[in-house]
Amino acid sequence: MDGYTSSELVSIFAMQGFAGISLFSVLLLMALGLAIIFGQMGVINMAHGEFMAVGAYTTYFMATLTETYFPAFMPYYFVLAIVVAFFVSGLLGYLAEFALIRHLYKRPLDTLLATWGLSLIMQQSFRSLFGAREVSPTLPEWLLGSYQPTEMIDIPLNGMFVLGLTTIVTLGVYYLMFKSRWGLRVRATTQNRVMSDAVGINTKKVDRYTFALGCGIAGIAGAAFTTIASTGPTTGTLYIVDTFMVVVFGGAASLFGTIASAFSIAQAQSILEFFISGSMAKVYTLLALVLILMFKPEGLFASKVRR
Amino acid sequence: MSFVYEKLMGGKKGLIGFIILAALILVIFPLFLDSFRLNLVGKYLTYAFAAVSLVLLWGYGGILSLGQGIFFGLGGYAMAMFLKLEASSPENTAIQSTPGIPDFMDWNQITELPWFWEPFTSFTFTVLAVLIIPAAFAYLIGAAMFKRRVGGVYFAIITQVIAVILTVLIVGQQGLTGGINGITDLRTLNGWDITSDSAKNIFYFVNCILLLAVILASRVILTSKFGRILLAVRDKEDRVRFSGYDVANFKIFVFCFAAMISAIGGAMFTLQVGFMSPSFVGIVPSIEMVIFAAVGGRMSLIGAVYGTLLINFGKTTFSESFPEMWLFLIGGLFIAVVMLFPNGLAGLWDDYGHHITHKLRFITKGVSKLIPQSMLRKVEDTRS
Repeated sequence: MDGYTSSELVSIFAMQGFAGISLFSVLLLMALGLAIIFGQMGVINMAHGEFMAVGAYTTYFMATLTETYFPAFMPYYFVLAIVVAFFVSGLLGYLAEFALIRHLYKRPLDTLLATWGLSLIMQQSFRSLFGAREVSPTLPEWLLGSYQPTEMIDIPLNGMFVLGLTTIVTLGVYYLMFKSRWGLRVRATTQNRVMSDAVGINTKKVDRYTFALGCGIAGIAGAAFTTIASTGPTTGTLYIVDTFMVVVFGGAASLFGTIASAFSIAQAQSILEFFISGSMAKVYTLLALVLILMFKPEGLFASKVRR
Repeated sequence: MSFVYEKLMGGKKGLIGFIILAALILVIFPLFLDSFRLNLVGKYLTYAFAAVSLVLLWGYGGILSLGQGIFFGLGGYAMAMFLKLEASSPENTAIQSTPGIPDFMDWNQITELPWFWEPFTSFTFTVLAVLIIPAAFAYLIGAAMFKRRVGGVYFAIITQVIAVILTVLIVGQQGLTGGINGITDLRTLNGWDITSDSAKNIFYFVNCILLLAVILASRVILTSKFGRILLAVRDKEDRVRFSGYDVANFKIFVFCFAAMISAIGGAMFTLQVGFMSPSFVGIVPSIEMVIFAAVGGRMSLIGAVYGTLLINFGKTTFSESFPEMWLFLIGGLFIAVVMLFPNGLAGLWDDYGHHITHKLRFITKGVSKLIPQSMLRKVEDTRS
């Protein structure tokens, strides 16, 4: 870090920190869904990245539709697109659980392979439907531009919007999981499936809706993703490994752990990227995670769960 | 005699399966395929090493590694580094600004051979490195994971992340590793031209014999007491641990052995194909190796070879004529294998094979007439 004055360093950290916040938001939205599913069912959903891509493509589709038929609606379509992305991904997740996952709860390793197969099929579907080229929706004007508190710091508005969205979704998930009757049933199932069955909770139904919710949140992540990068058929796979690391590092089924680990991973990568090449930043971040997990395999904030 | 028959060949069924496989790859393919196709089959058979290793690791050990590409790659890269150093002798690379170092280093303004390349000028070291480096790396990962009782999906994800790290590292450090293009233009092995048809044929047979030897070695391991314990660990880990076994050591051993097998496959890949690149290291090739084993039958060493051949033939055929269909097909195959026939082709054969053998009974009857009865009785005697 030689050659930088202290004020420059502060600016660099601030700018890279804000750049990291966009990454943090997408990672967190992805990881929330994955963590809920993994924590409750012990199922690793390798197609989770593709559910994010479904959300992104839905947003793109909505943008094209609005642009062609209702140009006047352009400033507002994005909010609607987020909701639609949630429901489209959620519905697909519901179907995937019904057709595939529910048969495999006893074999978690096999679920990994089956969902990988699903992700390949989804990738090829994107390619057939939207083409192999990367697409990005026309964003409403209020998402473009940036805010400059000092001359050296430049904060893009889309990052702030995505952060706000992530906060709302996280609070929503918190409310749903810890304050509602439905969340009570989910937590009961996570802690002791057999007892939950015995007291009359329909755990199969809980599973299906939890999976759908997780995929729906991935859809929102996809909508948020369109504001910071363009979407291609293989976009999902780029993020899936990082998302796994967020979930595993944070300790599955711990909401706070997921947030903390998404934040530290995104910030570490983003700040390192300024000083060394992007690929080496990724190597160091992942390597550090693997090493930490070797000493603390249950993650940072593991919740006590009886299996 | 009974040791060879029971342990090495796995009884009558195993012996017949082994002979059919050996006949197919050693006699039938070389007789009916032209040189180009035979080299292609040879390339597929190098993947079969990884598939066989996954049968040991996943089918019998219950440890799903999504990172066999790491070891395949380490073996392949070790061999490629040796061949590259031979190909970049000072005479061959006289036009470079620094003669005597691989061309990609010269393009990346590196003027001195990096230290970890130095030992690869020796062939003996390279062969040892192909076997030992992957096993040592597997030991490190395995000891760290299994001693702390990390298993199941966690282990799968961590191996996957390590595969990603290695790929990103190879691609990122272009000057040291050849980057995304990998190590290319490999021509000679100790002065012997490896690109000629005769050399490729020889490598094909060496590869086949190594593969068959690996299958036999694996079978010895699986039919021994070790194999029994491995199976017990897969099904009831805690019970084995409470019986006084150190479960982690069994897992570490099988992980190292599987790594070594995959690395042999990688080294043979480099020799036959003439290059090595990061596209054989990362997530996608690693998970493809799992599907080879799954389609062949995760509990069948020989089935894994057929699974590998079948999928790769399918991939080559489909990606030539309908590239779009291939991903749908392989994706569907992943789902179908897991949901409908979890024991793969070998399982299908066990379930429905007797219909076919029943139809073909006249052949076995004819054969048994040719063999004197006294000889058959002798085999029976030694078994008991």
